[in-house]
Amino acid sequence: MSERVVIDPLTRIEGHLRIELETDGSAISKAWSETTQFRGIETIVQGRDPRDAWAFVQRICGVCTSVHAIASINAVENAIGSNPPEQARLIRDMVLASQAVQDHVIHFYHLHAMDWVNVPSAATADPQAAVDFAKKIGSTWKGNTLERMTAVRDTVKGILDSGQLTIFTGGYWDHPDYRLPPEANLMAVAHYLDALEFQRSMIRIGTVFGGKNPHPNFLVGGMACTIDPDKSESINQVQVDQIADWIAETTEFVHACYLPDALAILGVYPDYFEIGAAQPNYLAVGMSGATFAGAPSASRLTTPFTQVKPGVILDGDLSTVHDFDPSKIAEYVSSAWYTYPDGEVALAPDKGVTDPAYTGPTPPFTWLAGADDGKYTWCKAPRYDGHAMQVGPLARVLLAYAQGHARTKELVDGAATRYGISLDKLNSTAGRTLARAVECVTSAEMLADSTFPTFVANLKKGDIDVFDSSRWEPSSWPAEASGFSFVEVARGNLSHWVTIKDGKVDKYQAVVPTTWLAGGRDDTGAQGPYEESLAGNGKHPLVNPAQPLEPLRTIHSFDPCMSCAVHVLDVEGTELGIATS
Amino acid sequence: MSYEPNGWQEPTLGENLARAGIKRRDFLKFCGGLAAVFALGNQATGTAHAAPVTAEQIADKLSALTKPNVVWLQLQECTGCMESTLRSGGTTVEEIVLNLLSVNYNELVMAASGDAANKALDDTNAEPHILVVNGSIPLGAGGAYCTIGGKSAEQVLRESAEKATAILAVGACAVWGSVQASKPNPTGAVGVDEIITDRPVINVSGCPPIGEVITATVAYVLTHGDLPKTDAEGRPLFAYDQRIHDSCPRRAHFDAGQFVRTFDDEGARNGWCLYEMGCKGPSTFSACPVIQWNLHTSWPIGAGHPCIGCTEKQFFDRFTPFYQTLPDVTGFGIEATAQEVGWGLVGATVAAVGVHAGVTAARRASATRTKVDPPLRAFGDSTVWLPTPTSRRPAHVDDAPAPKTTDEPGKAE
Repeated sequence: MSERVVIDPLTRIEGHLRIELETDGSAISKAWSETTQFRGIETIVQGRDPRDAWAFVQRICGVCTSVHAIASINAVENAIGSNPPEQARLIRDMVLASQAVQDHVIHFYHLHAMDWVNVPSAATADPQAAVDFAKKIGSTWKGNTLERMTAVRDTVKGILDSGQLTIFTGGYWDHPDYRLPPEANLMAVAHYLDALEFQRSMIRIGTVFGGKNPHPNFLVGGMACTIDPDKSESINQVQVDQIADWIAETTEFVHACYLPDALAILGVYPDYFEIGAAQPNYLAVGMSGATFAGAPSASRLTTPFTQVKPGVILDGDLSTVHDFDPSKIAEYVSSAWYTYPDGEVALAPDKGVTDPAYTGPTPPFTWLAGADDGKYTWCKAPRYDGHAMQVGPLARVLLAYAQGHARTKELVDGAATRYGISLDKLNSTAGRTLARAVECVTSAEMLADSTFPTFVANLKKGDIDVFDSSRWEPSSWPAEASGFSFVEVARGNLSHWVTIKDGKVDKYQAVVPTTWLAGGRDDTGAQGPYEESLAGNGKHPLVNPAQPLEPLRTIHSFDPCMSCAVHVLDVEGTELGIATS
Repeated sequence: MSYEPNGWQEPTLGENLARAGIKRRDFLKFCGGLAAVFALGNQATGTAHAAPVTAEQIADKLSALTKPNVVWLQLQECTGCMESTLRSGGTTVEEIVLNLLSVNYNELVMAASGDAANKALDDTNAEPHILVVNGSIPLGAGGAYCTIGGKSAEQVLRESAEKATAILAVGACAVWGSVQASKPNPTGAVGVDEIITDRPVINVSGCPPIGEVITATVAYVLTHGDLPKTDAEGRPLFAYDQRIHDSCPRRAHFDAGQFVRTFDDEGARNGWCLYEMGCKGPSTFSACPVIQWNLHTSWPIGAGHPCIGCTEKQFFDRFTPFYQTLPDVTGFGIEATAQEVGWGLVGATVAAVGVHAGVTAARRASATRTKVDPPLRAFGDSTVWLPTPTSRRPAHVDDAPAPKTTDEPGKAE
């Protein structure tokens, strides 16, 4: 006897994700990952000035703001032969690093924590016990005071007493698998609020250079923000000092608050290192923030962390890091509402076509899976050499580990020893969440120890050049040029691909982390990573279908970003034939 | 600097007010204007034909009442508007979701998913509530381009709007459709006020809007018990009554004819005017220079990039190519350049712009521009690009200020 379960909306993610499940008793037997939004941005970019493209494609996502813009300008620069000065690249690297840290912190506290933390329970906690608990788990965060914990408890209590539960309305608070004691829940809620304040503060690193956040401004050929130590209207020592402070704040929060919290909370849910395994295949072009224009093996761009090379790990075999070959990427439309012109099952990104052809039921609908044509999502299914791949913090951490990155190894080994797990157990719900925390530490440290100091040292040497004007004018471009770029962003491996003809965008394509992860079945029926993590072994728990807490934990461990996942390109440049308003 | 939660600590508003030392008399006064927004039941939804209620009755009801319930939808969008809300340093998001309001439905931050989330939405929709909308509504493919809980974005919006006492469209997508509504608008995306046509929709434009502007719009409604005054586009005057060009700290360089000619040139390092680099500040209504971004850290022009005009209608079509200067519009390129590019472009009377030495230089600069791409023509000669003087007049053209005004738009707090 199987029961159908629908989770829609799947909340605390970016965008719109629907999960359909079949359960067998208390475990999940089948799963379908269904993306329910489509916007068509790459179609819209066609025919426009390639120097404008970043502003359009940046709007693919406001959570991972900046990253699509940077991938876009890299790809355009790669195509037209523009060579941004080192300081401009370092500025982009700093923006990427601050974005990556902010994104991971927001994910852990504001999107993922309520899967593990029971908020109402915090109202019953003894505030002093919360202070003591924080100390016990090694949290040295400055917010761990009796006054603070008392105030937060009173706030939670006030909300509960009012009977209006605001964002906590309908939470699964009586679910039997919330395991933290009240004082731990109180500490976590306090840190949830602290993290809100933290992210507001540290995101200003990007604002100095891009003028706003979300959606800061970028520039093909460099950066628009000028730097000059002797001018009040340029970025000078005033901003350098501010950034130094914000970076110090960042490393403090990550070390004193985020990492201890993540380690402690996962330690209470150790069985989640056995739950949620997806395909043990991993792809990354380096550590978080790694950036390449064109093929990584031949890129002009230096990337901030050169120690870890691009690579592919297959079947969980960390002893062999395969060379990464971009030409082995193909996207399947077997389960997605698109058609390929000649009926191909898969196309490479540089040849990709996305012609939306919705064949599902007219909304409102109650069930999508099992349609005659097998289609149930707006998300294509990328494969590498035929394999479904995991991208993101776990893939990068394993790649760094496999290549002997010392700090990553130290953090991973420390956690593995603490939990008594072997490395392969990182392929799990808890493992992905742990990898994100580990990566947040290394990203913050590299920003503080490497990228920012290099930028300042260059400034000291008088290097204030931030713009390559030689390729600004379209008259300096070839009549036809193609370029692409890979960037390791918060959720994983991102690539943008562009072809420019007669000064206009002719083709545009993005292959996005969440597409790799949230895509559905390919032509062989093999599942995508979300689906595999839920239904791969038939053992994923789901105690009460009305309270799907367990699958939420697993899906959130991937940090879904659905707007990113759904991109479209019609390479023929034809309009899509959909009625407009 | 640290945020100290100071929550709704008593069960009812009356008790909370008493706790905060608010006098009944002051509360009664406040109640006079409150009925339109707070959830008072059917008889006091603020419509003209509603049965009259006294401030005393309102006060009694309100005293027993709780926080306004809120549905905060995210339709076809990128979540940038919620991220901007998270970054607000005025009224913070934690004050909004924990203290000021009961945000019973918002997909980004709410605990519940699936059926429990849909129940929270249905329950809140069933009673009067405040509705905030991020994202556009795609009308193509029978609504299949954006579905939530199996329903189309249009259906979700209509159900949530039915009993809403105030509707705020937040962000360029909710206001006009933004990037996905740009040509060729593959999904048929439209803004909220093209679906909800029987009531006022407050349009908080921007891609995204400044976080402080988003939260201040909500706080404005709570503070004043009424919707904010708006311009003809439905944008709150407190944040959209002036063009960037009017409050731009670089305005003096425009007037003096000091322009950045190439990114990273000497002028750029000196903070000169970005008009020649394509700045859309002269045609963009926003308080960016005043409020700035991310705790007053910087703002786009302050960080050296031209304004791309993201608070304006269909800026992805009308303001592109972004790095091309504003086109020749009536009057531009003649002696009155500064004024015409100033208030003249939106048809207002400029009160007191002197004739600057820079005008000649500006004209000379404009004369050196070789050609203007066709898309830019659109907003030079189009009747829809910016409102005509008469269409904008009711809002704020009547008292079009001199370019330099001392009145700051209302701050977030």
